[in-house]
Amino acid sequence: MTSAIRLTGVRLGVAGRMVLNGIDLAIEPGEFIGVLGPNGAGKTTLMRAILGLIAPAAGRIEVFGAPAKPGNAAIGYLPQLRGGLGAPRLRGRDFVAAACDGQLFGLPLLDRGAARAVTAALAAVGAEALADRPIAALSGGERQRLLLAQALLGAPRLLLLDEPLISLDPRRQEELVALVRRLQLRSGVTVLFSAHDLNPLLGALDRVLYLGAGEAALGTVDEVITAPVLSRLYGTAIEVARVHGRVFVLGGGAEAEREAHRHEAHDHHHAAGA
Amino acid sequence: MPRVREMLAYSFMQNAFAASGIVAVLAGLVGFFLVLRAQSFAGHALSHIGFAGATGAALIGAPPLAGMLAFTLGGGVLMGALGEQVAQRDVAIGVVLSLALGLGVLFLHFFTSSAAQATSLLFGNVLGVDAGTIRALLALAVVGLAALAAIARPLLFASLHPELAEAKGVQLRLIAMLFLAIVALAVAEASQIVGVLLVFTLMVGPPATAQMLSTRFWTALPLAALLALAEAWAGLVLAYATDWPTSFWITALSGAAYGLAALGQRRAAAG
Repeated sequence: MTSAIRLTGVRLGVAGRMVLNGIDLAIEPGEFIGVLGPNGAGKTTLMRAILGLIAPAAGRIEVFGAPAKPGNAAIGYLPQLRGGLGAPRLRGRDFVAAACDGQLFGLPLLDRGAARAVTAALAAVGAEALADRPIAALSGGERQRLLLAQALLGAPRLLLLDEPLISLDPRRQEELVALVRRLQLRSGVTVLFSAHDLNPLLGALDRVLYLGAGEAALGTVDEVITAPVLSRLYGTAIEVARVHGRVFVLGGGAEAEREAHRHEAHDHHHAAGA
Repeated sequence: MPRVREMLAYSFMQNAFAASGIVAVLAGLVGFFLVLRAQSFAGHALSHIGFAGATGAALIGAPPLAGMLAFTLGGGVLMGALGEQVAQRDVAIGVVLSLALGLGVLFLHFFTSSAAQATSLLFGNVLGVDAGTIRALLALAVVGLAALAAIARPLLFASLHPELAEAKGVQLRLIAMLFLAIVALAVAEASQIVGVLLVFTLMVGPPATAQMLSTRFWTALPLAALLALAEAWAGLVLAYATDWPTSFWITALSGAAYGLAALGQRRAAAG
């Protein structure tokens, strides 16, 4: 069986810094993978490399057996939201529709099939009611649903979701994760879902891809979220505590996941752009 | 309406209606994307660069429109090539636009032309448009609109969601360069009507108003052109009736339409 994503000896750098240093891994079709790791660990960079937007310094990245290249119609992408969306006055439907074969030249007219696809994508994420409202009037969670609808256009076989939980409150986070899981179970799409915190994903994910210190660990939560593995990825002593089915990653007495993010909060935009 | 017939009997008024009509439609449609992309300041800067081009052309005896086009096109393509961030970087653009305006002043100084020449470049002189200029404006508008129609789809995608557009294979930089070249064309045209200092009034006012009046792309886009056309023509009529400058009336109408739309929107949001 062809893997959805296969990395072979991948060295991947951005701005002169290696974020992946000789990584081999394979993600199988239909898996829901939670992508975790401190900011700057390379979550966004990895996704952009899978999209073919960044070439690895060494090694091969294959998507469904073919080398990663831009414009791959098999991939749906939800980039990390930085600031607002463009065109605050435009209604949600037109925002989503712009992504429908938006790479083709000509006028942005939709034929009947494309219009139906947009309607179906909006319905799939429960955003029909948002379709006629201007983007400026939407909450963070509602905007994320529009972005997810855009990512679903063209029935992709692989969904790359980059920090879609950012700036959502816990209940909206839960709803979005459950929504993605439902879509994934229905269509069999492979999902890479990056997040700051593992806990909202616990009920949905099949395996975890944890990035850090140029390395990557791929496996079940029990295999990866352990003191030895995370200590290696963080480069410092890490402890893992489980409380009421939730997992907490602790380093030096503080909660490592949160702490790592707080320290890098000042260059968050920089890291996001990486 | 004997006064209307009288007004339209003058060939300079016929020319003015034709020229401002052509320019308003182009400016409204191009400006729609300019506003959508939050690049209106870049458009403003291009008009100042065009001023240096126009005065420089006058200095060497070339047609000002040609000089303006050469400079705005060069500036537009360069801005696009330097990347999205540069086209939205206020300080860099501000420095370049004042430098261009300063160059224009220097060229004017050597040209030792009348103040009327400078005034018509800066504030427009739609009543002085001749038939040859109308043909040039029409030809340029057709080229500009054809180019815009060709890239409208990836341009819209890249404007609304650049990261996704890039992943889907849109060449962001190419689209940005092509678009700013089209903007350069529209700016050079709009300068003929309202002058380099007031291109905003046709390229930003009507599209911004249209985007407040409708959230639908296919409603707001033609509305932008329609508003620009209505404001330009109504401005001409008012100028004829009052003998005040046309540019004043167009800016007044553009500002009033924007103000009313903003007011209506606030009321709608409140109620």
